[in-house]
Amino acid sequence: MRLLYTQVGTLARRAMLKTLRQPFQLFPIVFFPLILLAVNASGLKAATRLPGFPTHSYISFAIAVAFIQGGMFSLINTGTNLAEDIESGFFNRLALTPLRRVALIAGLLVGVGGLGVLQSGVYMLMGLVAGAHLHAGFGGVPVILVLGSLTAVGFGALGCAAALQTGSGEAVQGLFPLFFVFIFLSSSNLPRNLLKTGWFHTVANVNPISYLIEGFRGLYIYGWDGTALWRAFAVAAGLTLVALVAVAGAMRTRLQRT
Amino acid sequence: MSPMSEPRENGIEVEGLVRDFKGGVRAVDGIDLRVPGGEIYGFLGPNGAGKSTTVLMLTTLLPPTAGSARVAGLDVVRQGAAVRRALGASLQESALDPYLTGREHMRLQSALHGIERAEGERRGAELLERVGLTEAADRKVGGYSGGMKRRLDLGLALVHGPQLLFLDEPTTGLDPQSRAALWDEVRRLAGEGVTVFLTTQYLEEADVLADRVGIIDRGRIVAEGTPAELKASIGRPSVEAAPADPGERERLAAALARFGEPAAAAPGAVAVRLPEGVGDLAEIVRTLDGEALAIADLRLHQPTLDDVFLAKTGRSLEGAGDDGEEPGRDERETDGADGAARLGEASA
Repeated sequence: MRLLYTQVGTLARRAMLKTLRQPFQLFPIVFFPLILLAVNASGLKAATRLPGFPTHSYISFAIAVAFIQGGMFSLINTGTNLAEDIESGFFNRLALTPLRRVALIAGLLVGVGGLGVLQSGVYMLMGLVAGAHLHAGFGGVPVILVLGSLTAVGFGALGCAAALQTGSGEAVQGLFPLFFVFIFLSSSNLPRNLLKTGWFHTVANVNPISYLIEGFRGLYIYGWDGTALWRAFAVAAGLTLVALVAVAGAMRTRLQRT
Repeated sequence: MSPMSEPRENGIEVEGLVRDFKGGVRAVDGIDLRVPGGEIYGFLGPNGAGKSTTVLMLTTLLPPTAGSARVAGLDVVRQGAAVRRALGASLQESALDPYLTGREHMRLQSALHGIERAEGERRGAELLERVGLTEAADRKVGGYSGGMKRRLDLGLALVHGPQLLFLDEPTTGLDPQSRAALWDEVRRLAGEGVTVFLTTQYLEEADVLADRVGIIDRGRIVAEGTPAELKASIGRPSVEAAPADPGERERLAAALARFGEPAAAAPGAVAVRLPEGVGDLAEIVRTLDGEALAIADLRLHQPTLDDVFLAKTGRSLEGAGDDGEEPGRDERETDGADGAARLGEASA
């Protein structure tokens, strides 16, 4: 068991170092969601005057989306890094050690979780600087960090599954637009009760990303909204679970060592 | 799997090993091997001959379709984890993380093998020194040269002190100096009792480094023995001469015919295959001088491993891989019930 912990810790550290030492991976994680937030906040600020809009601060409303976008970058970065390992033969190097399958994936995802905490911290800090108000107060900070980390792990695991299935970094990157569409088909820009277009309202209602966003958003604009929070954690946990099942299947195919 | 006799502690024994891939491609077609402990065994063949697929099976990364193999006395199918603990491997690519330093690679490898931190640090430093990378140990591997990467790769394969080492084309793409340095290290390891299974497509590498050589072509071993035995098995040396005056070619041929039977020669030249035991150029030179033949070029040609390959397969080793590629990634899916694999990096 001690060896398992050592292996997981070692691989988690490597996963974090690998991302932190690649500026071209860090840049989109940190800046892309913030740039999009700035663009949306300036363009859609008038939405706060709509009757029924829950806050006067569009920044406080929209900051939630940054955490989801950060999670999606985790998908791309984790998947691409693992695919690179497969393509370069590093994966075979790992397979030649006494490393257990579970340690390989756990190590990667613990690293992703750690990065998830870091990126969530950055989004909160930048939001604070831009004027977002965290209604839940100081107690909301660890909840956001945990939810942000779990979101990153769920998306990161999906990236791992794609990498193991295809062994190709390009294939993993091809998933990004697909998942990004889910953000736009959610309550990312307006609360669901203000989405008047019939089909859009229906799609946003069944889109799990809406509930994930609303978990973060609730902490910012309402404080402690239990329903929004449990739904968000359920979506993040469900995403992680589904992704782990996919990872386990893909791993059996990819790693056929005797 | 049939039981095999006398498994050696750090040897390799293979019987009827087969590996099929999707689409009916048979990459390895029933090979038999015995490599005693402490030997450097050169596995020579062109691209796509089945070398890397064999290594992947022997290192437990790819299940065989049929046949059996024991590495360090352990069955590669039923005792995979124990086999992995016993062997070290440097596979075809320098599989390194460009964002980690050499020392960090050593730490990672030690930790994954369950080596205590202090011991891992000590062994890592010792191995970095051994492969000449102490000064570069704290630089990211992305900035290493090809030779440095290969040396680090070799050092990493030795972290857990294996007595059996698989090196898959370890010098491909290296400059002559780096190649020679790696050969020295391989010899040193063999001197310490480590069994080395080395795949290569370089004739010279197999010739100068290996105690014994197995030549593989299209998944089958076509010849095996010491380099000297293999070369002796296919024949005698030949002597080739080119006259200074092309008009003297017939007279030159008549003079050389006294020393052996005619053999293929370069355009404008004449060659004869010498009888066994005849290899002294002095007598030939005296004869040609006595005939007043002016010679532009005269050379004695000893048989090479390429000649062995040519004799056994009808093709020259150089360029022989064009029609025998091992399957690519997408063709590595199983078509059988044994759950055979797709494997990330298995091309030879």
